[in-house]
Amino acid sequence: MNDMSPNKAEREAKLEGMGCRRKRVEDVRFTQGKGNFVDDIKLPGMLFGDFVRSPYAHARIKGINIKKAMKVPGVLAVLTATELKGVNLAWMPTLAGDVQMVLADGKVLFQNQEVAFVVATDRYAAADGVEAVEVDYEALPVLVDPFKAMDKNAPVLREDLKGKTSGAHGPRKHHNHIFEWTMGDKDLTEAAFRKADVTIKELISYHRTHPSPLETCQSVASFDKIKGELTVWGTFQAPHVIRTVASLISTIPEHKIHVISPDVGGGFGNKVGAYPGYICSIVASIVTGKPVKWVEDRIENLTATSFARDYHMTAEIAATKDGKVQALRVHVLADHGAFDACADPSKWPAGFFNIVTGSYDFPVAHCAVDGVYTNKAPGGVAYRCSFRVTEAAYCIERAMDILAKKLNMDPAELRLKNFIRRDQFPYQSALGWEYDSGDYHTAMKQGMEKIGYPALREEQKRKQADFKAGKTRDIMGIGVSFFTEIVGAGPSKNCDILGIAMFDSCEIRIHPTGSAIARVGTKSTGQAHETTWAQIIATEIGIPSADIMVEEGNTDTAPYGLGTYGSRSTPVAGAAIAMAARKIKAKAQMIAAYMLEVHEGDLQFDIDGFRVKGLPEKFKSMKEIAWAAYHSVPPGMEPGLEAVSYYDPPNMTYPFGAYFCVMDIDVDTGVYKIRRFYALDDCGTRINPMVIEGQVHGGLTEAFAIAMGQEIRYDAGGNVLTGSFMDFFIPTAVETPVWETDHTVTPSPHHPIGAKGVGESPNVGGVPAFSNAVNDAFGFLGATHIQMPHDYWRNWEAAKSLGLIK
Amino acid sequence: MIPGTFEYHRPKSVAEAAKLLRKSKDGRVLAGGHSLLPMMKLRMTEPSALIDLGAIAALRGIKKTGTKLVIGAMTTQHELLASALVAKNLPILHETAILIADPQVRYVGTIGGNVANGDPGNDMPAVMMALDATYKIAGPTKARVVKARAFYKGSYETALKAGEIVTAIEIPVPGKHGFAYEKLKRKVGDYATAAAAVLITLKAGKIAACAIALTNLAPTPLLAEAAAAALVGRAPDDAAISAAVAAARKIMDPANDTRGTPAYRKSVGGIYVERAIKRAIARAAG
Repeated sequence: MNDMSPNKAEREAKLEGMGCRRKRVEDVRFTQGKGNFVDDIKLPGMLFGDFVRSPYAHARIKGINIKKAMKVPGVLAVLTATELKGVNLAWMPTLAGDVQMVLADGKVLFQNQEVAFVVATDRYAAADGVEAVEVDYEALPVLVDPFKAMDKNAPVLREDLKGKTSGAHGPRKHHNHIFEWTMGDKDLTEAAFRKADVTIKELISYHRTHPSPLETCQSVASFDKIKGELTVWGTFQAPHVIRTVASLISTIPEHKIHVISPDVGGGFGNKVGAYPGYICSIVASIVTGKPVKWVEDRIENLTATSFARDYHMTAEIAATKDGKVQALRVHVLADHGAFDACADPSKWPAGFFNIVTGSYDFPVAHCAVDGVYTNKAPGGVAYRCSFRVTEAAYCIERAMDILAKKLNMDPAELRLKNFIRRDQFPYQSALGWEYDSGDYHTAMKQGMEKIGYPALREEQKRKQADFKAGKTRDIMGIGVSFFTEIVGAGPSKNCDILGIAMFDSCEIRIHPTGSAIARVGTKSTGQAHETTWAQIIATEIGIPSADIMVEEGNTDTAPYGLGTYGSRSTPVAGAAIAMAARKIKAKAQMIAAYMLEVHEGDLQFDIDGFRVKGLPEKFKSMKEIAWAAYHSVPPGMEPGLEAVSYYDPPNMTYPFGAYFCVMDIDVDTGVYKIRRFYALDDCGTRINPMVIEGQVHGGLTEAFAIAMGQEIRYDAGGNVLTGSFMDFFIPTAVETPVWETDHTVTPSPHHPIGAKGVGESPNVGGVPAFSNAVNDAFGFLGATHIQMPHDYWRNWEAAKSLGLIK
Repeated sequence: MIPGTFEYHRPKSVAEAAKLLRKSKDGRVLAGGHSLLPMMKLRMTEPSALIDLGAIAALRGIKKTGTKLVIGAMTTQHELLASALVAKNLPILHETAILIADPQVRYVGTIGGNVANGDPGNDMPAVMMALDATYKIAGPTKARVVKARAFYKGSYETALKAGEIVTAIEIPVPGKHGFAYEKLKRKVGDYATAAAAVLITLKAGKIAACAIALTNLAPTPLLAEAAAAALVGRAPDDAAISAAVAAARKIMDPANDTRGTPAYRKSVGGIYVERAIKRAIARAAG
C-alpha cells in the first residue's frame, strides 16, 4: 500500500454498486436505435399473419368464406377455428383457470375478437387477404354493463359453459357469473358495523383502462420440422412460463421449445398473458413449415389484448366518532370481459385485492368479489401494479377521505390516527397478510412537512371563501394518498402459476479474467435490469458493474424464472442474485485463504477482495481470485467460479409511500392544473436512486393519465370508443406535471439486501392522490364521491350536478 | 393499419397533377397526409391513386400582393410560423398554427390540406372564414375561386368538385385590428374540444367591425354572423359580449365524443368565444 493506491472511497466508486446512480447501460443501444425488438427479427422465408376481427360485440358466426382471400396474391393460408380444432387449439387455457377462444368458435363475444388468421408472404398481402375474408354474422343482444350481467334475462354469453355450475374458483351463481371470492370474517365485521358510531358507504368505481406499452404485442414462430423444434421470439414478460404453457398445449416436448424475449418495449402487465396471435403464429409456422411473424397494431392492442381494472367497489367503513376505524367491508363487481383472462397467481382470482385494508389498523374486515362476463375484451391484467393492488389502494384511499369528510376531520389527520404503528410490524392484517415492515407515521409527517401541508389547507380555506363570495371560479384541491403495496409474488405457500411456484433465479459465472455473466429468470421491459442486477453483484462480490454482463429472456440459457410483473423482479430475482453472489463469495473466500495461506476464517471481505484480519497488506482481489479459480484451486475443490440460486421468498414485501397532489380546477370549463405533486416512496434498500426516480416518474405519469382521462370506453352496442391514441389519453411532456420525489428507507427484514420493489408504487399511490385532489376540491360544495376519470368534461358535469353551472 | 393498393404519382406542375387526378377516377391529392393517410390505413378510404403535390414548387410560398396575402396550398404550418410576412400582416395565423398538433406534424402538415379536407376538427377553416379568405382552385377545365365562407358543406364535404385542387389561399390583410384564436384541447396534438377565432376593429370606443368563427362545434366550421352582429356598433362591454356569446351558442351543434357531451361543448364553446372576444378587444385597443 502506498500513496498511489486507491483509497476505500475510490475502490467503492469503481464498483458502481448498490446506491450508485449508475447510468442505464441498455440506453446506449436504445438511444441509438440499435435495440433488437421482435419486429426487428427477420428470418429467411418469413411469412406474416394478420387477423380478421369481429366488428360485432356479440354475434353468431353463420359462415366464413375464404375463397376470395385465397385468391389474393401472396396469401398462402387462412386459419379459422375449424383448422385449429384439428390440432386441438381452437381454445386455450387462461392464467385464471378459464378457457378462451383462439379464433372465434361459432360466435364472437367482443368487438375486434380474432375470427380468422390470414398468412401471406408479406404484411401488405396479409392485410389485403384480411379484407377479402367474408364472414356472415348474425347479431346477438349485447351485454356491456356489468351491473346487468346477472339480470335474470341477461343474454347468455358463454354457451360453452352451459350447465357448469362451478368454475375454477368455486360455484357460479348465474350464466354470466365467473366466481365469488371472499376473505375475512363476515360475522365479526357485521357485528362491528352494528356497534359503530359512524359508518360510510360508497360505490367507488375504477374504470376500464389499458397498459398500452409503446411496443405492441408480437411474435415470430419458427418450427423446424426435421428437428421437431419450435423457436418463438415474442414480447413476453414471462418467457419461461410461456415455454411451459406452449409445451403443455402443443405437446411439443419442453426441451424442444426455445422461447426468446428480445428487447421488449414496455409491458406494464400487457405482455404477461398468452394471446391468440402467439398461438396462431405458432400453428401457422407448423402448417406452412416457414417462420411466421405476427405484429399487432395500436388499435388491436387497445381493443383486444388485455385491459386493466374495471372494478366496481362498494366500500363501507365503520368508525368511532373520534375517527378510529373499526371495520371495513367491500364488495366488488369485477368485469372480466368475454373470458376470464385475468393475469393473477392461479389461486387468486381477484389478485391480492385483500390488501384493501391498506395502511390502517382495521381490527376486522370482510371482502367479497364477484367476477362477471360481459361483451368486452378479456382480461384483466395488472397495469403497472401488483395484482389488483391499485384497485384496492384506490378503494381504501377514497373511502378514508369519505370518512374524513363525514367526521369533519382532516384526511391526513385521520390517516395518522389509524396507521399501523412501527412497533406493530410484522403486522397481521384482518384480511390475511403479514406486512413485513413499515414506518408510516415518519413517511407521512415528512411528506406533510415537505409539501407545507398546513399552509396549503389555510390557502384552500381562503380560496373557498373567495369562491363562495363570487370572487373566483377556481377551486383548489389537496389530494392525500398513503398506500401500502404488496409485491414480490411470491412465496410458494401463497403463489403459483399453473402449479409452478413463483420463485425466481440467477446464475452467475465469473470468467478467469475477473469479469462475469449473470443470467436471470426475469425479463426487463424497460426497468434497467442490465444496469441494476450488475450493481447488486458488484457490491456483493466486488467486481465492477461494468465488468458484469446481464442476460435475460432466453429460455435455453437463463435459469427458469417466473418473469417480470407485479414489482416482483427485485423482491424475488434480486434476492436470487444476492444469494447466488454469496455462494460465489463463499467459494472465493476459500480460494483466497489457500492463496494467502491462512484459514478462511482469518479473512474479511473488503470492498473488492479478501484481506487477512490484522495484516492489511495481505490482500487478494476478486480479479486475482477469479484467475486462481481456473488454475490453482485448493486441493479437492472443483475448479471454476459459478453459482446458481433459486429463491423462494419467505414473504411478500410491502413498499409504501405518501403522495400529495395540489390541483386547481376551473368549474366553468372543468380544466384542471396540477400545481404540485409530491411523492415519497419507501422501497427499502435503494439499488440505483436514478433508476428508482425514473420508475417513479413513469408510474406517476401513468397514474396521472388514468385518473385524469385515460379509459377504454364502450357504447351501448359494445363498440370501443377509445381505440386509438386520438381518443385514448396518453399525456405528453407538456401535460405531465412536474414530479417532486422523496424517500425514506425501511429495509425489508426478510430480503437478503432489504429491497422491496418500486416500479408500480407510483401507479398504485398516484391514482388516489389525483382523484382525492379532485374530490377534495369539490368537497366543500357538497360532493362526496366523483367517479374517475376526471377529464375536463366530467369535472364540468360534476360542477353542473352541484348546481355550479348556470 | 395497412392501406390497400394504390398508385403513387409525384407530378411537377399543377396541370400535370390535375391531369393525373382526372385520369385516376377516384384518386386523391396528397398534401401533408396527416388526415388522408390514417384514413387509408384504416381502409376507410381506398383511393386507387395518390397524387403527391410535394414536388410542385408553384404551390409553395407566401407573398403579399397589394392588400392581399397569398399563401400557396403546400405551404407547411411550420413555414407559416417562420414567416415574417404572416407575423406582420396576419398574426392570427401564427396564433392558430402554433396550436396545431406538434412540431413534427407542423413540418409536414400544410395549410392547403388543413383547409381543403373538410375535417371539422381542423383549425384553419374557421380562421379563414373569419378572415374572409378565398380559395383558388385548379380544375379539370378551368380555374375558379370559392370563398372560405361558402366552402364547407358538411363533415368532410366541401365545395370542391371531382378533379379539383386547392392551389392557394388569398387573404385580405385587415387594417389595425385585434384578434384571438382560443382553443380548448385535452392535450398537445388533439383536435379542439371547442375553439373560436375572433377579429375586431375598434373605432371611437365602439366595435366597428367583427368576425367570429367556430371550430369543431358543428359538422362544419361555423361563421357566427349573429354573434358578430351583436357586437358591431356597440361599446365593448359585458352586455354586448354576453349577447354575442349567446348568439354563438345558438348555432353550435357539437358531436358527442370522448371530448365531451354536446351540452359541455356548447357551454365551454361559449366560454372560449367570450375569451377570444375579450382578448381581441384588448388587442384592438392596445
